[in-house]
Formats: sequence, structure tokens, C-alpha cells
Amino acid sequence: MIEVDVAIIGGGPAGLASAMKACEEGVKDILIIERGMELGGILLQCIHDGFGTFIFEETLTGPEYAQRYIDEVKKTGINVKLNTMVLEIDSAKRIIAVNQEDGLLEIEAKAIILSMGCRERTRAQILIPGDRPSGIYTAGVAQRYINIEGVIPGKKVVILGSGDIGMIMARRFTLEGAEVEGVYEVMSNPGGLTRNVVQCVEDYEIPLHLSHTITNIRGRRRVEGVTVAKVDSEMRPIKDTERFVPCDTVILSVGLIPENELSKSADVGMDPITNGPIVDEQMQTSVPGIFACGNVVHVHDLVDDVSKVAEVAGKGAAGYIDGKLKKRRSPIKVRAGRNVKYVVPQIIHGEKFDEDIRFYLRVKEIEKSVKTVVLADGERIFEKKIKIVKPPEMVKLDISPDILNRITGDELIIDVEGEEDEEKP
Amino acid sequence: MKRSHNFTCIVCPMSCQIELIEEDDKILEVRGNGCKRGEEYVTEEFTNPVRMLTTTIPVQEGRIAMLPVRSERPVPKNLLRRCMKELSKVRVKAPVRCGDMIYENILDTGVSIISSRDLSIGNCSEVR
Repeated sequence: MIEVDVAIIGGGPAGLASAMKACEEGVKDILIIERGMELGGILLQCIHDGFGTFIFEETLTGPEYAQRYIDEVKKTGINVKLNTMVLEIDSAKRIIAVNQEDGLLEIEAKAIILSMGCRERTRAQILIPGDRPSGIYTAGVAQRYINIEGVIPGKKVVILGSGDIGMIMARRFTLEGAEVEGVYEVMSNPGGLTRNVVQCVEDYEIPLHLSHTITNIRGRRRVEGVTVAKVDSEMRPIKDTERFVPCDTVILSVGLIPENELSKSADVGMDPITNGPIVDEQMQTSVPGIFACGNVVHVHDLVDDVSKVAEVAGKGAAGYIDGKLKKRRSPIKVRAGRNVKYVVPQIIHGEKFDEDIRFYLRVKEIEKSVKTVVLADGERIFEKKIKIVKPPEMVKLDISPDILNRITGDELIIDVEGEEDEEKP
Repeated sequence: MKRSHNFTCIVCPMSCQIELIEEDDKILEVRGNGCKRGEEYVTEEFTNPVRMLTTTIPVQEGRIAMLPVRSERPVPKNLLRRCMKELSKVRVKAPVRCGDMIYENILDTGVSIISSRDLSIGNCSEVR
């Protein structure tokens, strides 16, 4: 049995930043357990730039962003186990892991930080009918093939879904000499950031077909083509708009799901909307001493936000070990109100606050000239005007301690109020 | 001849649809922009659009097969494909440090291509 102070599951951006913060806070014995052969997580295959504009105030590639944290971790006494797969965690904070060198490992931690990230939705989860030939990949898998392994998985590509990774792969395939026939998006708006629509799709004159989907995949051994169709307002394919598109590769960029098999084995309470653990403002889950941060909690659009929230978890874990985390008797529940799909953190446990709490919220629909409003006991304790809110771009609200310390009651509601809700002068 | 060009501004999340009207490359009017930064963005996009180039280079004797690289600074957008062609001939040998120069002054742009990670010696066939 190995005993550690803080065990961190996953050495991607969330794991690295939480480890650094816990170390800065004075935790002596920190262990990062990483399934891959090196630290950095998915950043290592995200070779495009645009990372780090908030944290480092410059634009870095994924590997560069990871390198900055890896270099810092190497300077500390943080232990790392690579090529090590965690099989199980229980609520007593015992970890079972395995690797080739040590065999089976039993680790007992005073605190655990869950930072396993997320995984891609696959064909099985969106139920595309048709044959089952080779040549169908999720965007992240294709990204790994091209950027790490140096293999181009196809020559004529159809991309389903306009999430950021899908659009980034449209550009990547094109630059590497493959033909991207088009990007098909079932929604009436692009799923990713406008920057990627412009710089990955429009720059290369790749057609972006909104309100379209794939209704069939055809191919005996290899993909031979797909049937695409326009969809109606309820996202049902319109039969007489179907057309056949010959291609040898189908790339799916149809969403990400937090990876929480291990969280469930530890009986961590889950949020059915985010598919991640319910966390408080310290990023502590429902199991005392188990913290979570990054895409395992909810899918972020910027790695900078992941690093920032990971620091909260690292500090929280350090505080937990020192017995410094005080909890109020009845926690404050944070509820998603009008045009809000979800809010993280979902609960507030603190009694007194001396730092801002950052709330992350994702809206349901695009809306212009809105006001985000925080209501406590029916009283508007916070308001902020925002020019536009969109589902692909997370809204961040920093609520200051003087507001937080005034909260009475046990519920906060966060609304996004539209123009029509406001009183007209 | 007067010509109109349409842009989607990416400076902020508003994504303004901006129209630029020019005559013989001289900008006559910019409209649809919600702010000054939008005008600057489309002016730049019309006169000298630039992009960062990020790609990979095969590595010999490395821990992994490919080395991610990037341009130090953005390069003219219309040269991206030619840069890719130029870089397709390049091979590097491990070890490489993040920031190492991989290709100097690509296509006389004055911009060099640099490594974007540390890559130590290894046998990447084990990884596959």
C-alpha cells in the first residue's frame, strides 16, 4: 500500500495545474497518475495555436501550453506515474491502479483530485444507420493519427458536426492534402467558435452545411460514401433532400462527454445535465476529500479556464488535508434559471468568503443584449450586462466576497434575462 | 470597379457581419461593424491577411513519430499551402527542444518555423 497526501487522476491540463497549486499550498506528497506515456493529455495532439491567451497572455500551441506546466512540475517534488491505469477508486479514497512495472498498485490518499477529462461521442451514441465499414473516426482519433502517429486516415473526407475539433480537423486534413467534401451540422448554427468557422472552414473554402445530417453510411470494407439530408426545425431528416456523397472517410465531431467511470465507482454524486460530478466552490464533490476539475466536471471551451479551475481544486485539496475547509450547515444550491442550461459549481459550502467565486454557465440559446442576474431569496444580488450569449461560448461570472457574504437562504438562481424582460424606458 | 467583400468579424463573440467596399484595392467604406476593432480587423483581412501555421514534421529516433511545429509569427494566408509543401521535405532527428529552429525564413517571409515541444530520443515503434 502506497500512502500519499494528494493523488491526482490524469496528467492533462487539469491534473497538472491542480498538482502545481497543491504543491504551492505546501502539500508534500503529491502523485499524478497518468494513463498515457507522457504528461500533457489531449493538449499534446492539439498542435494548433490559440491556447493560453488568458493565462500566459500569448497564443501558444497545445504542446507548448502543456510544456509550460510539465517544466514547472519537473522542478517540484511532485511524483508522476506514467503508463498507469486507475481501475477503481472508492469513497474511502483508496485507489487501485495497474502498470507494467509495478503490477497492481494500491494507493491510499488523504485527498483525490479527479481530472480524467472527457471522451468523444461516437457513432453508436448518435445512431447513424448503415453499414459498418472501416474509415469512420471521431475527430480526436483522426487528430491523434495525423499529429502524433503521422498517418493520414483518408483522402476524401466528410465531417459530421461543427464542433471545434471537427473544424480544426477540416483544416488539418486539407493542409495535409486530403479533400474535405464538407462539414455537416444538424443544428442551425455552428457548434464551435466563430474564429474556427472563419480560419478553419471558410479560409479553405470548405462548404459548411447547417441543418444537415448524415442519414446513412455505405461501404463494404471501407467507407464508400454517405447519404446526407437537410433536417427540418425538429431535426428530422427531410426525405427528398437526400443526396449521396462519395467519400472514404467520415469524421465525427458530435460532442464530448465527461469521463466519470471512476467517479461513479467512488459514489460521487453526479449532475445529469453536465454528466460530471456535482461540485462546490472548492471543486469538492459529494464525497469528502474527493475533488474534481476540468472537463471531467463539464466540457470547457478554453484550456485556460481548465487551468484556472484546477487551481481551485488544488487549493481545496490542500485545505482539506489541513482541516481548513469549513462547511456551513446547509449548503446553498445554485440553480440554472432562464436560458441557462447548467451552472458550475452547483453548490456553495463555505461559511465566509474572502475570494471571488467564479460561476461557469452555459446558455441554451443565442440571445443578444442580455443581463445575467443572480437571485438570492428573490433579491437581485448581482447583475451583469452581456452583448451576446451563445451556447458554444461559456459565460463566466465572478461574484465578489462582499456579495457572497450577504447571501441568506439556501438557494441561488442564475438567470439570463433577455431584452424583452427589461422594462422599457 | 467597385467591389464588395463580406467578412465575419472574430474579434469578439458578437460576430458582426461586415461589408468592405473597395475600388482598385482602395477601401472606400466599411459597414456593419459594431465597433472600431471590427473596422481594423476587416482592413487587415483585406489588405494583408495572415495566419499562424501549425503542422507536424516526421522525427527520426524520437519518442513519438511526429514533431509539432509552428511559425514564430503569422505568415501571409495565401502562402500557407506553399509553406506546407516546403515543410513536407523536412525531417528532424531527436532530441529536439521546444522553441528550436526547424526551418529558417520560410519562403523568404522572414518567419522561421520552430518546434512546439520537447521531444526526447526513443523508439516510437514501441508506442504505436
